[in-house]
Amino acid sequence: MADPLAGLYQELILEHAKRRSGSGLIEPFDAERFLRNPTCGDEIRLRVRLGGDAALVESLGWEGQGCSISQASASVLAEEAPGLRVSAVRERIEALRELLRSRGAIEPDEQLLGDAVAFAGVAKFPMRVKCAMLAWVALEEALDELDAR
Amino acid sequence: MTIGTEPTTGPALTEERIEQLRADFPILAEQPGGVPLVYLDSGATSQQPRQVLEAEWAFRTQRNAAVHRGAHTLAALATDDYEHARERIARFVGARPTEISWAMNATDALNTVALALAEANRARTVDASLRIREGDEILVTEAEHHANLLPWQRLADETGATLRWVEVDDDGVWTTEALLARITERTRVVALAHVSNVTGLVAEVEPIVAAAHAVGALVVLDACQSVPHRPVDLRALGVDAAAFSSHKMLGPGGIGVLYLAEALGAALPPARLGGSMITTVTMTEREFLPAPQRFEAGTQPVGAIVGLAAAVDYLEAVGMPAIEAHERALGERLAAGAASLPGVRLVGPRPGQERAGLASVVVDGVHAHDVGQVLDAAGIAARVGHHCAQPLHRRLGVAATTRASTYLTTTEAEVDRFLDVLSGVRSYFGAA
Ligand SMILES: Cc1ncc(COP(=O)(O)O)c(C=O)c1O
Repeated sequence: MADPLAGLYQELILEHAKRRSGSGLIEPFDAERFLRNPTCGDEIRLRVRLGGDAALVESLGWEGQGCSISQASASVLAEEAPGLRVSAVRERIEALRELLRSRGAIEPDEQLLGDAVAFAGVAKFPMRVKCAMLAWVALEEALDELDAR
Repeated sequence: MTIGTEPTTGPALTEERIEQLRADFPILAEQPGGVPLVYLDSGATSQQPRQVLEAEWAFRTQRNAAVHRGAHTLAALATDDYEHARERIARFVGARPTEISWAMNATDALNTVALALAEANRARTVDASLRIREGDEILVTEAEHHANLLPWQRLADETGATLRWVEVDDDGVWTTEALLARITERTRVVALAHVSNVTGLVAEVEPIVAAAHAVGALVVLDACQSVPHRPVDLRALGVDAAAFSSHKMLGPGGIGVLYLAEALGAALPPARLGGSMITTVTMTEREFLPAPQRFEAGTQPVGAIVGLAAAVDYLEAVGMPAIEAHERALGERLAAGAASLPGVRLVGPRPGQERAGLASVVVDGVHAHDVGQVLDAAGIAARVGHHCAQPLHRRLGVAATTRASTYLTTTEAEVDRFLDVLSGVRSYFGAA
């Protein structure tokens, strides 16, 4: 029988869940967000530092605990966001959100999503969408806060 | 199934008997994930047999009307069903009908008790023995469901009383001795779960009631996980108040039961005011009906109440002692099986010690959410999370556990399937 979970737990996700890239809080930082998913208790504290006249994400660090999906998605984010323009990061967050909410109706744009394309399978597991988005929403809110300053 | 039969022991729940019972539960034949459903989440909510659905349907299509109001024949029929249901449920838990009032669910019932005690504190006319003053104590356990913790936290905050609790050990277990040692002259309320929804620990209620009553404290029993699964006689236990939910005992959602022992029901002021609970009202004054109506402001969900009575009929026809024995065996099978798996930590009483028909586990190196996902892929509906008991989980050092809970339709094969899938989880995530 085909593994019904293979679409969810891609190799890359399981690897990232162990690797936990970017785990650890950075100093100095420009903004910090703490988010908690009350249904499962997953939580993340994420810090971001901008560079290039605040147009670039320079560095990003996080600590938290949660399921493999939430930990892997934080790890992927921490590997891919640094060096990107803030506008590009926002675009990527929005693209991931749209993909995950599509219930599988949208073809993932690998160009736009990078390694986050591995989370495409989460779209078929609506209960896990929040897990996959946790770190990404934390970053989005941190960027919002910086915009508002 | 005839109504009004004496409680029966019922034949043992053999494989054959369970097969028959399962045929009454349409949902058990569903395949929500494309694989046969293994439902191990009755602790969260139970499924309903045809008999319950049909009783509700018959009421709603033949006898529905507002009860205790109006003079038409339909209203009289509906009122008959409604009060008959109260009698039925009272008998099921060893209570008098006047000791049974309706709530939305157990959470609502527990809140009602705490709110009514807060009201007793404010109202000048109320029995002074109900008053809770600064320096008094409210005692709970560290393992309580939030429904039996938060209302007491707030009552303590409002009255200046101190919330005290008996601590649990590394397995999430507290002892009767430790609880008794926490009862003092200042204790006014002892609130505890009869059966823990996370650990399956069964509280020894009698000595706690004796010690509480000796200092004039009330005992409030969260009977959510006991009344559906074992014979419970609330009068014999001697508790002052108890709460349970219809949806956990084969009944419909939206209705719960508040038991108030006669003396407390007579003394306690109502938390909610409105229609159906008064004798005389003027523009500035109000007089209330006695219990149970005093605690039933507004229109009740009569169809659901009729469904709950049918659920009680069903449970009694199967036999609560038989259900208890069956679940005790399944609980032991779960506990012993889980404890023997490498990298799996069993929460609650050790195998061989008394526990209800449920078990919660922690899988080393794998988050409960991921455990639940693997179980789900195998068609197993188990609950993952903190089960509304965050302090207990914090004490256990985990954010979440995975719980399998059984009921009268659960088979040994289902428990074994759960254990089998559980045993493969760590290697799936590379944690083994
Ligand atoms: C021990 C215990 N207490 C209280 C509750 C609350 O029940 P309800 O949500 O039906 O009000 C539950 C069920 O979740 C429970 O298991």
